[in-house]
Amino acid sequence: MQGAFTSTVDVTVKKSIGIQSLAMMDAQCSSCALNPLTDSGQLAREGSADATVVLAGNPNVGKTSVFNALTGLRQHTGNWPGKTVLQARGFYPHRDKRIEVVDLPGTYSLSARSPEEEVARDAICFGNPDVTVVVVDATALERNLNLVLQIAEVSDRIVVCVNLLDEARRKHVWVDLKELALELGLPVVGTVALARRGILELKDAIDQIVTGQMSPSPKKPVYSEDVEAAIVGIVPSIQEINHTSLPDRWIALRILEGDDSILGKLEQFYRRDDATMTEQAMAS
Amino acid sequence: MTLLDLSLGESSSVLKLDAEGADRRRLMDLGFIPGSRVEALRRSPLGDPVAYRIRGAVIALRRADAGRIHIDG
Repeated sequence: MQGAFTSTVDVTVKKSIGIQSLAMMDAQCSSCALNPLTDSGQLAREGSADATVVLAGNPNVGKTSVFNALTGLRQHTGNWPGKTVLQARGFYPHRDKRIEVVDLPGTYSLSARSPEEEVARDAICFGNPDVTVVVVDATALERNLNLVLQIAEVSDRIVVCVNLLDEARRKHVWVDLKELALELGLPVVGTVALARRGILELKDAIDQIVTGQMSPSPKKPVYSEDVEAAIVGIVPSIQEINHTSLPDRWIALRILEGDDSILGKLEQFYRRDDATMTEQAMAS
Repeated sequence: MTLLDLSLGESSSVLKLDAEGADRRRLMDLGFIPGSRVEALRRSPLGDPVAYRIRGAVIALRRADAGRIHIDG
């Protein structure tokens, strides 16, 4: 059943790549056909998809295996850095809906330091996906939760997918998924993507967010008093000019952090009325 | 002492980071947070970078960055 979508996706990807190898392509190229974002910053959505889901996560947590298990595609997996420079796209049917899945390059944080990380960051922050699935490595949770918390500052529509549960078991690591869900305020699903275990549950969790049956309210990081005071100080000015779907608090934090790359993207993607947004906010 | 003083196979814990702003953030995103255990695993043929195990992942750092991470002596 899922095979029906397989060939179409494969063909478009190969066509637009032509004879160039994947590794040769410049992931930053904004006009190239494989960039996940349109000029307005939205994820270029396939017309026939009912919802778009992005797969985010640290490098080497099995994102592509989760992608393959969800879509039935056989996107190449391998253990070397940068193999998912360009995001792969696929579809799966679930409960009468056609869900589009975008596999993003691995990233340790949203402060992108490489073209690959930038692709991931832009899709998560500016792509406005219907659901962000954050795939985490059950054997190295504490390291992986950093990214979960960062993404929770940008969006509430998150499912945490704890992958590699089998490997964790071999290392005598048991993850209390229920407690983790309570702790984060997010739906948490355990998977062994290579064995396709937990994939139906993952699809159900995604579906519940897409249909609005579930609206997660993740616990957000609280910073030191002086940082929190600074946020309170600039949020009102941001509020006035923020026409994006991004939280004022998140933009405030990026301004405080002086992340020029993100501020530049804000102006690129929300150029219209908001060109002076960051300048005004900074001046205040 | 810093990560540069760690011999292969040795481990210690991160004391503090000699970095500010985006660089500091980056090192912390990679897992170099004060108190974390860090182990020097192997050196590339030319001696730079060196691979460290930190918080369950193997991360390669250039000398310039490793020298900014102070560890328990």
